[in-house]
Formats: sequence, structure tokens, C-alpha cells
Amino acid sequence: MNTHHLQERRGRRLGITYSAPMGLWLTVFFLVPLGIIILYSFLKKGLYGGVEWEFTLSAYQQMFNPNFMRVLFRTLWVATLATCFTILLALPCGYAMARSRNQVLWLALVIVPFWTNSLIRIYAWIAILSSEGFVNEALKAIGLISESLPLIYNQGAVITVLIYMYIPFAILPLFTTIDKFDFQLLEAARDLGATKAESIVKVLLPNIRSGIITALIFTFIPIFGAYTVPLLVGGKDSYLIGNIIVDQVTKTRNWPLASAFSLVLTVLSTIGVIWMMTSNASEKARQKSVVQVADTNGGLS
Amino acid sequence: MKGFDVTVKDVSRAYGSFKALDDVSIEIRKGEFFSLLGPSGCGKTTLLRIIAGFDTPDEGVVLLDGKNILPLPPDKRQVNTVFQSYALFPHLSVYENVAFPLRLKKVPATTLDAKVREYLHLVQLEAHMDKKPNMLSGGQRQRVAIARALINEPSVLLLDEPLSALDAKLRQNLLVELDHLHDQIGITFIYVTHDQSEALSVSDRIAVMNKGKVLQIGTPYEIYESPATDFVARFIGETNLFSAEVKECVPYEDYYMTTLDIPALGTTIKVTDYDNLSVGQHVSFTVRPEKLKITGDMPTKVGKDINLFKGIVEEPIYSGFQSKYYVSLENGTVIKVIQQHANYMDEGPDIDWKDQVYVSWSAEDGYIVEVVDR
Ligand SMILES: Nc1ncnc2c1ncn2[C@@H]1O[C@H](COP(=O)(O)OP(=O)(O)O)[C@@H](O)[C@H]1O
Ligand SMILES: [Mg+2]
Repeated sequence: MNTHHLQERRGRRLGITYSAPMGLWLTVFFLVPLGIIILYSFLKKGLYGGVEWEFTLSAYQQMFNPNFMRVLFRTLWVATLATCFTILLALPCGYAMARSRNQVLWLALVIVPFWTNSLIRIYAWIAILSSEGFVNEALKAIGLISESLPLIYNQGAVITVLIYMYIPFAILPLFTTIDKFDFQLLEAARDLGATKAESIVKVLLPNIRSGIITALIFTFIPIFGAYTVPLLVGGKDSYLIGNIIVDQVTKTRNWPLASAFSLVLTVLSTIGVIWMMTSNASEKARQKSVVQVADTNGGLS
Repeated sequence: MKGFDVTVKDVSRAYGSFKALDDVSIEIRKGEFFSLLGPSGCGKTTLLRIIAGFDTPDEGVVLLDGKNILPLPPDKRQVNTVFQSYALFPHLSVYENVAFPLRLKKVPATTLDAKVREYLHLVQLEAHMDKKPNMLSGGQRQRVAIARALINEPSVLLLDEPLSALDAKLRQNLLVELDHLHDQIGITFIYVTHDQSEALSVSDRIAVMNKGKVLQIGTPYEIYESPATDFVARFIGETNLFSAEVKECVPYEDYYMTTLDIPALGTTIKVTDYDNLSVGQHVSFTVRPEKLKITGDMPTKVGKDINLFKGIVEEPIYSGFQSKYYVSLENGTVIKVIQQHANYMDEGPDIDWKDQVYVSWSAEDGYIVEVVDR
């Protein structure tokens, strides 16, 4: 009992040593900036940007403006939609990759686009979707349309490009968990009378839950705060929270309001992550609540 | 007898240029406990997967109760499988694993509960029904897999080496349980194993396979006593196997007394056989170690159908109920002899290392396995 405690304490002390670099990193790059944002959100806006050192709640009062609320709900809507489509597309991709014999090739194909600057990749989408873009020209060439379709500068374009930008973040965790999945379970399900679809829904999905949740977190959070994509391929109907923040910093020069919005973004994302992680952890805990029992009465009992 | 008969007809399956199954034909009867026996990699699992519907043969058909089932997907075949690794659903409890097939069929709650409990009772797992599979022992997992496979009331149960992951003692118990279960529910069992003693002890009939081919189909008795090929003779039990040439073949009572020249023994021996072989034919000859008699002194009565050899005991292996001796004959060939210890031996075995011994067997105890050229 005693030695156990000692070991535990030593383990904890070692844990602190090991986690020191991580702690330093978190402090410098996360806690300090977060502190500054929290502080700024309670200060008065400076005339030409910056802040004046005077406490006020005015940034938060300004936030409850119906226009801003509309943007907040729109952002939730766009982010939810884009995340759902991303996961729905990433699932079959991850599955196909996990079952493929060329896993390395597929992984490379998913990762390589990251080597190109994201702005350039968004501009490529402008070339694809614009009224004289590839899609419209191709449709005109085969005579399906005579007038260009409005494919860009709207919510549809924003969601499409967001899916494209973030699908690798969903594919990678899904691939990793599906790769560890025992595919014989699907055969067992079929053997017991499940159709293909039933075997996927009742056996595959519950067993790759943790991968789905990781994929949800990895895609929803960056999409929720996205601003370049709506800025470059969006229109009036796709002005999101990220754009508010950027505009408040660069155009309106209302730094406290920008800080307040950032804080809302952070808090909402954090709540989402905690909710998803706890639901996953409790599920895991339920599964592992008892340690393996010894093989005492395996035979005739 | 419940259950269906299963006919596998001219089935071949190749992976690239490798023939995993080569023109396999087997007829399995209603309610039979039928074993597919062969070394690892001989195609047993491939054949089972074809019957279950997870693989399609390149040629041939599989008939279930006379109907070709190859066009049917796995979920539409009246066949269920106990997988080698059990393939229990890790996210479901024992109860839900067994209930899985019924939930798919949307069986009403009360019927479902009664039936799941009935099958859990059948495999004595009611006490563990709320546990997850990872909390069970190997033997318990295996029984969940069996209950889950049986609850759909299949006509044929396929078992792919269900005992291979368990330790030896547990294996014996579960084998007996499986046999009881088979008697109790009476459906056709197709049991895959690479363990000849498992197959011999429970099967009604056995198909011995090697390299994608079926070498022999028969009762355990037929396969042990009259192996069809060298491979079967060597794979089932232990044996002494020699190539030989027919020297003489004369009618003797209701069979033929054959004289074989065996180069490895440096002499001729006598063996009885039902076939009239012609002089000069090449054959394989086998005699099981337990049919040989080993004595320290020269046997007194040596009839004309007794084969007798003198040798030195090179290695005695005592294992309680029997001893095995490797006896080096005068020309250097080593022959295996097994002696049962039916009586208590206060003085220890009477034959020891480097003893000179006589090894003998009667012509009726040898067996001509296969004719190499016809
Ligand atoms: N999907 C596959 N692709 C290539 N070779 C395979 C495949 N499945 C089985 N084989 C080969 O076929 C042979 C028979 O396999 P299997 O039926 O599993 O043997 P057993 O169950 O008798 O041990 C093995 O040599 C194996 O390597
Ligand atoms: Mg196998």
C-alpha cells in the first residue's frame, strides 16, 4: 500500500518534469494571448484601434445586436452543415483507405495538398466556380446551360470550399480508427443476417465512435472560426463570425468587440469539445469498467 | 435429423496463380458432424467462407438441401458461422451479442428476451449476460459465439477452428460440450480443424485435405485404419511408412497374401490386402507403431505371416500410459514402436536404452496405402 503511494507520488513528480515543456508552450502561446483577449474585451475601444485602460462592459453590450446575433446563428448553421458533409464524405474515404493495399499512396494524396498555401488553393476554387470558371464553361460546352450558374460568392460556395479545406482533418482520424477495426466483425454481422447497410450502421459506426468524434472536433472548430474562405468565395449571405472579428480589428478598429467575439468563439468551441469528449470518455469507461476476469470457469461450469 | 445436407461440387478457388481449392467435391449428410481436417494453409477456411458466402468459387457449386446457394448473399443463407477469432461485437454486451440476429429481424421484445435467455442457458452463460466480451475468458467467448450463431436456428453450423485459441485441457472439455450440443440440436455441423485427434474424437465423418485437394473422405475409423494416401497415413496419427515393390501376390483365405520388397528394411515382408496386385508394382506400405510388438527375447512362435526384425532401442520415451521406442534395425533404418502399459509396472519398463530387442507384426496389421504406379 505504502510503496504504491510512493510510486504514485514519484510518478506525479516525474509527470511534472515531462510536461514542463508542454506547459511552457501552452502558457506562452495559449494562456497569455487568451489573457490578453479577456482583458481587452473588458476595456474601452481606442480611437484609432488599440484600447484605453478603462473598464467597461460596452463590448458585450454591443454584441447583443440583432445583426451580430444573426451572424452567430448563421455561423453555427454553416459550420454544422459543412462539418456534417465533411464527415459524411470522409467516412467512405477513410474506409476505402483502411481497406486498400496502397495505404501509403492514399495517405500521401490526402496530405500532399497541405504543401500548397491555403490561399492559393482557395483561389484555385475561384477559377473553378466563377462565372467564367471551369465548371460553367464545361457545362456550356456540352450545351447543358446557356447562362452561367451562380456557383460562387454564396453560402453554397463557402460550404463547398470549407469541406474541401478541412476534409483531410476528418479523413486522417477516421482512417486511423477504421484501420484498427476488425473487419471480420462486418462478416459476422452479415452472417447473422445483417444487410450491408445494417452491418455498417450497427457494427462499424459504434466501433469507430472515437474516430468520428475526433474528426468532428478537428473539423468543426476551424470551420467555426473560418474567415478566409467566406471572405474569398462568399457573398452577403456568408458573412461569418470570423469575418466580424477581422473587420472589427482592421476596419472598424473596435478591438474590445473583436476580443469579445473571439472569446465567445473560444467558449462555444470549448463547450462543444468537452461535451463530445466526455460523452466518448463515459462510453469508454462503461466498456472498460471491470478488468478482465481470469480464465477460471471457461470450461464446464 | 434436422439440418440440411450440403453438397460441394467441383469447387475451385485460385488467388492469382495459387490454387487455394482445387476441384473439391464433398457430400455432407443431414445432421452430420463433419470435419474438414488438414494442415494450416490447405484451404479449409476458404471452403468454409465459400459455404458461408464470404467468398465465391471460380468454378463449381454449393448446394444446400439441393438448392444452389452461391447466388445468395451471406445474410440470406441458412448457415451460421463460429469464427476462429469469435468476432464478438466488442461494443455490445453478451446479451446483446446473442440478441443481435433477433433485433435485425425485429422480433417482438418478449419473444426476443425469452429466446436470448434460452440460448444463454444452453451455453451456460446466463450469469455473464451483462458483461462485455472483453471481460470474458476464452472459453466463455467461444460459447457466446456459439449461442449467437445458433439463435437464428440455422440448418448448418460452420465452426472454424473454434478451439484453437484455448489451452489444451479446456479444449478437451469444450470438444465434449460441442459434441453434446450437436446431439441436442441435431443440425449439420461442419467443423474445421488442423488437429487430427479433435477430428477423430467427435466427427461422424472427416474429409482430409492438403494443398487445396480433398485426399480422403471417411469415418474416423476408415481414415485411421485405411489411409488413402501417404499424406493421410502420416498426418493422421503416427506411422512407419515405406516405399515397396510387389514381389508376389497369392490368394489367401478371402484376400491376398502379398510379399513386398522394402529397400529401407533390406528384406521382404508379408502383408494382406484386398487387391490382387501384379508383380513389379510400386506401392507405399504402412504399419502403425502401436501394432508392432516389442520384446527383449526372440518370440517363440513365429508363424509364416509374422514379420520379425532385430534392432537396438535408440530412444525410449516414457509417457505414463505408454512408451514410445525408436528402434534402429540392423541395416540402420529407424522404426517407431508404441507399447501400451496396461498393467502396473513395479520395476519400471522392461525395455531400456541400447537394449537389443525384437520387433514384430502380423501380416494383417500392415497396410498397403496407395499404388504409386498402376
Ligand atoms: N484473400 C486471399 N488472398 C490471397 N491468398 C489467400 C487469401 N485467402 C487465403 N489465401 C491463401 O489460400 C491458402 C488457404 O488458406 P486458408 O483457407 O485460410 O487455409 P486454412 O484455413 O486451411 O489454414 C493459404 O495459403 C492462404 O495464404
Ligand atoms: Mg483457417
